Amino acid sequence: MDYLREHPDRVLELANEHVRLVAYSIVLAILIGVPLGVLITRVRWLEAPIINAAGILYTVPSLALFAIMIPYTGLGRDTVVIALVLYSLLAIVRNTVAGIDGVSPATLDAARGMGMTSTQRLLMVELPLALPIIMAGVRVATVAAVGIATIAALIGAGGLGRLIFDGMSRLDTDRIVAGALVASALALAADWGLALLGDLLRRDTRRTAGRG
Amino acid sequence: MLGDLQDFVTYIREHPDTFWELLSQHVQLTVYSVLIGIAIAVPLAVLVSRVPVLAKPMTWLAAIGQTIPSLAILAITLPFLGIGFRPSLFALTIRAVLPIFLNAYVGLRSVDPAIVDAARGMGTSNAQLLLLVELPLATPVLFAGIQTATVQTIGLATLAAFIGGGGFGDWILQGLGLLDNPVLLAGAIPVAVLAMVTEIAMSRLRRLLVPTGLQIGTR
Repeated sequence: MDYLREHPDRVLELANEHVRLVAYSIVLAILIGVPLGVLITRVRWLEAPIINAAGILYTVPSLALFAIMIPYTGLGRDTVVIALVLYSLLAIVRNTVAGIDGVSPATLDAARGMGMTSTQRLLMVELPLALPIIMAGVRVATVAAVGIATIAALIGAGGLGRLIFDGMSRLDTDRIVAGALVASALALAADWGLALLGDLLRRDTRRTAGRG
Repeated sequence: MLGDLQDFVTYIREHPDTFWELLSQHVQLTVYSVLIGIAIAVPLAVLVSRVPVLAKPMTWLAAIGQTIPSLAILAITLPFLGIGFRPSLFALTIRAVLPIFLNAYVGLRSVDPAIVDAARGMGTSNAQLLLLVELPLATPVLFAGIQTATVQTIGLATLAAFIGGGGFGDWILQGLGLLDNPVLLAGAIPVAVLAMVTEIAMSRLRRLLVPTGLQIGTR
């Protein structure tokens, strides 16, 4: 705990790096994963290959994935962001598909009966109704990314892992505990924060749906 | 690019003894921690399913535990237990217990109360009910938890190299330290293959394990 008390600035700076690394990767993963999920619901035979590929990729240990990419993308932030995006795709694509599949056929029929085009149906009906489930996927991916990002420090991408690795090499318990504690707190905060956001979205969808 | 790939195969060919030693350490770390994990998690899940007061706090704790970054768990064992195989095993086991416990508990809870009633009506003892009815019915979900734990532990065992636990992480760290791509890949590619093969093999095995009558309704 002493390290936290004596170097709050340093810890804050590393936490900031950590959050940015994760946020950047998750936003990219959403931008790639949601369209990919939508594509799967339109071109059904793509489902098995894409989901299986993402599932297999997910099993690759993070340190190994970093290592395999280093000869091509080098040390540093790029490698970590690409790896985090690849890991996050599974949860986001799978939940996007599940969310859109879960929209009731009657709702879609009603939308079609109102003369909505397929683009309008997607943007105004399917995606808003699927949002809580997509958010659940984002939550799982974010918590995992906060954990994996601690290893990023090893390949020069900064973040709270710096404290953990520095502490391990100097046998400085204070640093290890500070890094581990703040990283865990960040993961828990992401978990709870996104759960809360998911609940709010769900309530909002229900209200809007009831009004319409 | 392709040169690196050829060089890593060459590197493994030139160091077969180290390769087999690292593989054996990696597999031992994984198998031991999953087995110890099962030995702790399954009885714990049975206990929690019998004592409802424990259910909420224990599942809550397990969920929080799963949120904590693996590296944090591994790093915190270092100052207390030192370096080597055993401290690594300890950290990996803590991690493996969580998914096995959660799945075992969910599996036991999802057993149809009507089936339990029927078994009771046939005069089963508590032990018989558990061993002959509940655990077999919970097996598919439990096995999914063991699969998650195993694949996750293979990944975490890569990090065990940081605290002297051995395994393929040794070569990855060496490759990182020397910026030597063949060594880096000689550690990374085998461990990636190991994780993927384990995932695929255990998925197949899971389908075989589930009795035909149970296959509908379980994922």
